[in-house]
Amino acid sequence: MTVTASDHTHAIPIDLHINNQPTRLEVEPWTSLLDALREQLHLTGTKKGCDHGQCGACTVLIDGTRINSCLALAVMQDGKAITTIEGLGTVETLHPMQAAFIEHDAFQCGYCTPGQICSAVGMIKEGHARTADEIRELMSGNLCRCGAYSNILAAIEQVMGANISSEKVAA
Amino acid sequence: MNRYTFTQAVDADGAVREKIGADVRFIAGGTNLIDLMKYNVERPDRVVDITKLPMRDIAEAPHGGLRLGALVTNAVCAYDTRIAERYPLLREAILSGASPQLRNAATTGGNLLQRTRCYYFYDVDTPCNKRQPGSGCPAIGGLNRIHAILGTSEHCIATNPSDMNVAMAALGATVNVRGTSGERAIPILDFHRLPDDKPEVDTNLRGDELITSVDLPDEAFATHYTYLKLRDRASYAFALVSVAAALRMEGGTIAEARIALGGVAHKPWRRPEVEALLKGAKPGLQTFSKVADALLEGSRPQSQNAYKIQLAHRAIIRALTQAADGTPQSVADKAIL
Ligand SMILES: Cc1cc2nc3c(=O)[nH]c(=O)nc-3n(C[C@H](O)[C@H](O)[C@H](O)COP(=O)(O)OP(=O)(O)OC[C@H]3O[C@@H](n4cnc5c(N)ncnc54)[C@H](O)[C@@H]3O)c2cc1C
Ligand code: SF4
Ligand code: FES
Ligand code: FES
Repeated sequence: MTVTASDHTHAIPIDLHINNQPTRLEVEPWTSLLDALREQLHLTGTKKGCDHGQCGACTVLIDGTRINSCLALAVMQDGKAITTIEGLGTVETLHPMQAAFIEHDAFQCGYCTPGQICSAVGMIKEGHARTADEIRELMSGNLCRCGAYSNILAAIEQVMGANISSEKVAA
Repeated sequence: MNRYTFTQAVDADGAVREKIGADVRFIAGGTNLIDLMKYNVERPDRVVDITKLPMRDIAEAPHGGLRLGALVTNAVCAYDTRIAERYPLLREAILSGASPQLRNAATTGGNLLQRTRCYYFYDVDTPCNKRQPGSGCPAIGGLNRIHAILGTSEHCIATNPSDMNVAMAALGATVNVRGTSGERAIPILDFHRLPDDKPEVDTNLRGDELITSVDLPDEAFATHYTYLKLRDRASYAFALVSVAAALRMEGGTIAEARIALGGVAHKPWRRPEVEALLKGAKPGLQTFSKVADALLEGSRPQSQNAYKIQLAHRAIIRALTQAADGTPQSVADKAIL
């Protein structure tokens, strides 16, 4: 990317890998990653709750790491791999976390759910949660107005349990 | 959000040259700057992306201790094994702040410079001396439940909201910066300032200066420490009062003590002359209570935050007890013992 100091009225081209698809788009320097995903790429799975880092509904994975896309500038993501809820699974082949959320009834209105699922996937990859208390603490960046917390916890515990046992089998 | 020119700095000198001018902002994690730009509190002409600069390493510092690059994220810092082993106080303070997503983005330099969460500061439809010098301070006599009890002025009663800064103050970190006229090292206690009659200035960092790294001293207080954070909900909330306590114990006696308070002042609050009272003392409720009295001397309540004085008093005693016992507060286990 070449960005010139004088050129602030024009959109800036960036290359992203969104859900494994190379994607080129032009973004204005003040566009958030969240708005670029939803408004320009029509990936509306990622939700806007507060737009201020206070709810977690906009959580996506950047190079595998969970962040709030409302507090990230799209222009700063050039060359990065972005995974949204649309990239985790499909209706035919759900991601294990999506399947577990359905199995455990881990949502009511569903608005926080894409963020919860991306966050849970990111949390497991980080590898710092071992107990239920630690899962609660490390999922605290995702609020659920419907209060589905106990079922969300159960869904995540199930996936983590599965991970732990499959690791044991592999070892 | 206002319209601005976006540029990317390729080296530190270039970044510093770009920074000349009042309305230029560096952006690192963006979690504070973008938030403030969305509220029109920050309206820069130019935003300079510094995330490509080589400031992401954690390395041994030249005079012992560790050096944290300014772009080391809060998550990388907290989960680094050297930090976990040598500076668990810093780790716990960072992990008590914000959320995992925010900590994955937030950087060491950005955290040092995060601005107050005063409601009026955030609301451009109200006056605020910090946002608009000379316009007044509606928090005085207004909504001030979260505001400062120490070091306030008639111009501003805001607090510094950071947890990381409180631990760094207790540890006695040094902030390394680079500007157009060269490099300098600023002791953390001189980095943030009290509001006095210039609440618009949060720190002693000069306009053209870039934070390059933070040095943590060799003395790490890795055994007798705690970070006790009290807040309205048990996670993902700013501190009403927090205490970073660090003790060096010799036998059953305190050889050295550090106590820094968060949520109570415009900067992390430390009083080395009060800490000296603990030198050679044995841990105990009465001693800790006297230290709490002395630390909070001169505290002044506002209309809605008098509770903070007693809360801070109790938190200091509890934190010193936890540190002396070697039973630090756990972030995941919410019981405060
Ligand atoms: C909902 C929410 C809850 C939060 N809760 C907490 C909490 O409980 N505890 C807590 O401590 N924090 C909390 N935070 C704040 C968070 O820690 C900060 O937003 C973050 O640390 C800022 O770092 P950043 O890299 O994102 O900064 P940025 O937003 O990129 O920058 C912040 C400021 O620092 C300047 N800057 C950045 N890097 C440099 C540098 N190297 N040199 C010079 N200037 C620089 C920028 O110009 C800008 O003015 C919370 C934030 C949110 C949104
Ligand atoms: S306390 Fe400080 S930041 Fe808040 S309104 Fe008063 S001057 Fe502004
Ligand atoms: S929309 Fe991003 S955290 Fe709420
Ligand atoms: S399911 Fe409705 S907000 Fe969580």
